[in-house]
Amino acid sequence: MARYRKTFFLMPLIGFLLIFFVVPMVWFLSYAVRETEVPRALPRTLEALSHWQQDQPVPETAFAALAGDMIEAANSGSMADAARRLNYELTGVRSALSKASRVVRRAGAGTDFDIDFFNAIDPVLTSPAFFAVVKRAGNAMSDHYLLAAVDLQRTPAGAVVRAPQENRLYLTVLWRTLEIACMVTLACLFLGFPVAVLLTTSSEKVADTILVLVMLPFWTSLLVRTTAWIVLLQKEGIINGVLLSLGLIAEPLTMIFNRTGVVIAMTHVLLPFMILPLYGTLKAIPRGYMRAAASLGARPFTAFHRVYLPLAAPGIAAGCIMVFILSVGYYVTPALVGGPSDQMLSAFVANYTTGTGNWGLASALGLILLIVTIILYLLAQRLSGGRAISLG
Amino acid sequence: MNPWRIVFHLLSAAALLFLIAPILAVIPLSFSSNSILSYPMPGLSLRWYESIASSSRWYVALANSMIIGISATAISVVLGTMASFGLARRSGPVAAAMRVLILSPMIVPIVLVAVALYLFLAPLQLTNTMTGMILAHTVIAVPFVVIPVLTAIEQLDGNMIRAAASCGARPWTAFRRVTVPSIAPSLASGALFAFAASFDDVVIALFVAGPNQRTLPREMYSSLRETISPELIAVATIMMIFSTALFLLMQNLQRRRRRMLQSAARS
Repeated sequence: MARYRKTFFLMPLIGFLLIFFVVPMVWFLSYAVRETEVPRALPRTLEALSHWQQDQPVPETAFAALAGDMIEAANSGSMADAARRLNYELTGVRSALSKASRVVRRAGAGTDFDIDFFNAIDPVLTSPAFFAVVKRAGNAMSDHYLLAAVDLQRTPAGAVVRAPQENRLYLTVLWRTLEIACMVTLACLFLGFPVAVLLTTSSEKVADTILVLVMLPFWTSLLVRTTAWIVLLQKEGIINGVLLSLGLIAEPLTMIFNRTGVVIAMTHVLLPFMILPLYGTLKAIPRGYMRAAASLGARPFTAFHRVYLPLAAPGIAAGCIMVFILSVGYYVTPALVGGPSDQMLSAFVANYTTGTGNWGLASALGLILLIVTIILYLLAQRLSGGRAISLG
Repeated sequence: MNPWRIVFHLLSAAALLFLIAPILAVIPLSFSSNSILSYPMPGLSLRWYESIASSSRWYVALANSMIIGISATAISVVLGTMASFGLARRSGPVAAAMRVLILSPMIVPIVLVAVALYLFLAPLQLTNTMTGMILAHTVIAVPFVVIPVLTAIEQLDGNMIRAAASCGARPWTAFRRVTVPSIAPSLASGALFAFAASFDDVVIALFVAGPNQRTLPREMYSSLRETISPELIAVATIMMIFSTALFLLMQNLQRRRRRMLQSAARS
């Protein structure tokens, strides 16, 4: 009975999260494998191609069907969407299709739309490669976006190859994302470890004060902190002003709107996430251990290295992974204090959703980001014995 | 003192300075009499605060932030507290899966949550609406309620309830007089965290909010993309005071909870 009552209490939240979190996430991520544009815009052409194989000549009916689809799609944006989609795989198709659409509509329904008609407009529209791409993008599902997200593509014949040099971008972005996350994590560890140690060795009153200094920025709005960093670091900013007036530098340093600014601002935001779990672990190390090591003749460095560090390792690992997870998904800080070459995966997900409307690619990149996050999270859970998430 | 210790202390001091100094260093600039954002300041004035007070832009943003934050917090507290009672002391794969589900909005990168909600809410005509923003913020706020409340319920001493019952209290009375006061501080801190999560969000606001739901962080975001004026620093200063107040309230709650646990342990 109590069990049923408990389930009853759980249901509202679970239902809410299913509707407003799980369904939207699954729906968004499904764009990574879903094909919507071509099936919507070119149903007749796909029908005509249903029995066609790559090595056969393109059936005559396909051309009339293509023209039919163009006349039908004239008043909706669906042909433009399909053209954009096909252009991802076969450059030049977009302009060819929009030109053909215009010519077909002007010619009207009675015209004989055959291979010569389209050949006269643009030969690409009569090539087997074009129809192979149409057929593949016309399936309900494809791996096109997933491959594109790791700089791979299919040839018209269907083999997986690396994307041409000028189109390779996303592995670089993924690598850059991991690199920035690594730099931020190391900076947080370097600054956070001494503070965590200090917290364990000071008196309760001092420790409380230090915790206030750690928690106060944690509570301060991200936007407020970003504002502060821009004011401090910009060319006419406070730090440059001080350094110039002291004569330490001859001209202002560029510290923001580049990688330096991104790493500094992100480290500032994420440092408390390193200090708090580290403090939790270090607090549990008995102080007698270090004294015992010293009394057995270990120098401070040896005692630290052989006794303290191994005991602190799980906390260090958990803190690092937590900071890493949070920085991998960062969006706002790089957008505000980074240059174009400091934008991380999140920025591409955001831009492809709103900017160009390439939801398939946004979704595939999002999937990569999510997978990286989940793997790291599981690792953190394992290392911290299931307590990876904690709140100050 | 050995040199290691000195290095350690210097590094700690540097880290603490790094955490606090940037925030404090910019506050005085909001009282500057001109718009150059560097020291020395030419003179003091309150003109930037006056210009905030006279423009409706920041008022509207503050009101939006408050309406959305309070509503999302209220919904999160109700749903999250109920769910915590439902989850407490339950083990097994189903309960574990539900825990993961409830906590996952904290783990999933916020951009993905925002983009997914944007694509989902748009066809429902809920983007560019207050309702949409409140629902979206509830998703990210709810884990902040469940974590402390669930912990508090699980730490609750079952003997206290049994004692109440043996003293003749009906279940409802025992719940009202024993359970509720015991979890109240955790509930309050969960609510504060939830409010802060909503109040600090800019990413979801970027995707889901329309021109009429612009929150304070969203408004600051667009100002930051243009130029930084002392007016923006004045806004930041006011927000800082606000968040410090939230933080002190939180400190107070946690101290109260610690004291309660201690007294419970003694008795």
